[in-house]
Amino acid sequence: MLAYPTAINRLRIVKIQEVKRESPTVRTFTFHDKLCGKAKPGQFVMVWIPGVDEVPMSLSTIRSNRLSSITVANVGEATKTLHQRKPGDALGIRGPYGNGFTLTSGKVMIVGGGTGLAPLVPLAEKLVGFSTKISFLLGAKTKNELLFLDRIETTLSKTEARVIAATEDGSYGWQGVVTDPAEQILAKERFDMIYACGPEQMTHKMFLTAERYNMPLQASLERLMHCAMGLCGSCVIGKFRVCRDGPVFSTEQLREVKSEFGRFKRGFDGRKTGL
Amino acid sequence: MSNRLATEIAGLRLANPTMLAAGILGLTGSSLRRVVEAGAGAVVTKSVGLKPREGYPNPTVVQVECGLLNAMGLPNPGIHYFSEEIREAKEGGIPIIVSVYGFSPEEFAEVAGIAAEAGADALELNVSCPHVEKTGTEIGQNPQLVAEVVETVKKRADKPVFVKLTPHVTDITEVAKAAVEAGADAITAINTVRAMAINIETTWPILANKIGGLSGPAIKPIALRCVYEIFQEVDVPVIGCGGITTWRDAVEFMLAGASAVQIGTAIALKGLGVFQSITRGIDAYLRRRDFRSVTEIVGLSHRH
Repeated sequence: MLAYPTAINRLRIVKIQEVKRESPTVRTFTFHDKLCGKAKPGQFVMVWIPGVDEVPMSLSTIRSNRLSSITVANVGEATKTLHQRKPGDALGIRGPYGNGFTLTSGKVMIVGGGTGLAPLVPLAEKLVGFSTKISFLLGAKTKNELLFLDRIETTLSKTEARVIAATEDGSYGWQGVVTDPAEQILAKERFDMIYACGPEQMTHKMFLTAERYNMPLQASLERLMHCAMGLCGSCVIGKFRVCRDGPVFSTEQLREVKSEFGRFKRGFDGRKTGL
Repeated sequence: MSNRLATEIAGLRLANPTMLAAGILGLTGSSLRRVVEAGAGAVVTKSVGLKPREGYPNPTVVQVECGLLNAMGLPNPGIHYFSEEIREAKEGGIPIIVSVYGFSPEEFAEVAGIAAEAGADALELNVSCPHVEKTGTEIGQNPQLVAEVVETVKKRADKPVFVKLTPHVTDITEVAKAAVEAGADAITAINTVRAMAINIETTWPILANKIGGLSGPAIKPIALRCVYEIFQEVDVPVIGCGGITTWRDAVEFMLAGASAVQIGTAIALKGLGVFQSITRGIDAYLRRRDFRSVTEIVGLSHRH
């Protein structure tokens, strides 16, 4: 019998190379890892903080044979501990796991909110030179929580693109949620693909809008995760396992989980809870 | 698929001898339905207790050489809530076996009773979980206690009762016999093997619970030996579980005496297509050797 092939993405220890403060509550940690450098945008890794927790994180930088990164909002015990980590400190990484975004040529729209922007930036970097026109819409509560704006503008300066930022308090760009300008544009223009990642209220709204205008969409979802290999069932949404069938789902797949998507997720004990 | 593969275990009719092992994907009705669609002959749910339980913090699963190590800590929504998931799983049209755990014989019986009322076709008693205190292995290592649990459950629930055994005993046939004498309708062997992993760079044990259960190809020869020994000593069906990844593994277990096989860890390696690839492989094996039914190979190696 063959050796156990899933062993290729087993746990390894990486050293933090650099910590970048993206906003008052968000930091990016860079590290060297061959497998992460080969990941597809939208794939995720399980990040182990010994003695604390192991949490799923999207890769926010993917560059072959160069530094990879994760971008972390300080929202819980694990992420609080992560935020105290400095260059030289060790992290456990396993993965990359799951299905990433499928690249599309033609005219595409990318919509992201909060740390949901993390997988969308490497996606945009891959789409440059692949898609003919990119509309990137990014949202946050307020100006200093708006992530990656410089990186997005620099990346898209090389192609035909527009960048639209929205803040809920109107401190930068459009005032309101990012789905508002997205909806206005979709009412007038056709896109070959819409990519979305962010809070589920946002991705769900984008799904409904895409359905209304009959355009294809890929959205990245989030659920509680344990094994990350499609075994334990903690991250299920309907028939799908977010870790293995997702985290990126197509319009067709999302239609099959309509009774759960945008409505509820499951807690540690498997019971339904609000989003 | 041909009806060569059809089999029967304690009155349950299976279209093929593959089953989803307990603990894998069985937390919701929809994910059990997905496994049904993937071609399993029957499915076993995640172990369910009387009250909701969150399980352990991460890391809960670690890849090791030739297998996986897990200490999930029996996360489950409790049987009252889970009844709804059982009803949903039932719509898949194949036998649903509810895995039950408890901290006393009475608790096992109460959970089993509620599961049976919700439509469970059979119950599998988890007296073998290696990483939760005061249940699982702590019961399964004591034949008298196992017998007491089985008797109490049989009084409360009018459904076939399978007993899933731990390999952590001097003589597994003693426990199997105690379970069967107390009324068990089938024996599942084996649950995971107590094990651990330490990360040498950080010096930390990797699992949050430090100790967990080893599954996958690493434990296959142990499980096979257990099935072989139990088959010789009891006259109820034995269900093989432990590292079954290919149709060859499945056939090996059946030759040792397994009437059916449970599949879990192999899903991480091969995806849900593993149920079809195993049933197809068994079917081709039977055809090549002119067996008319999969039941003909059960225990065949014992004639040597």
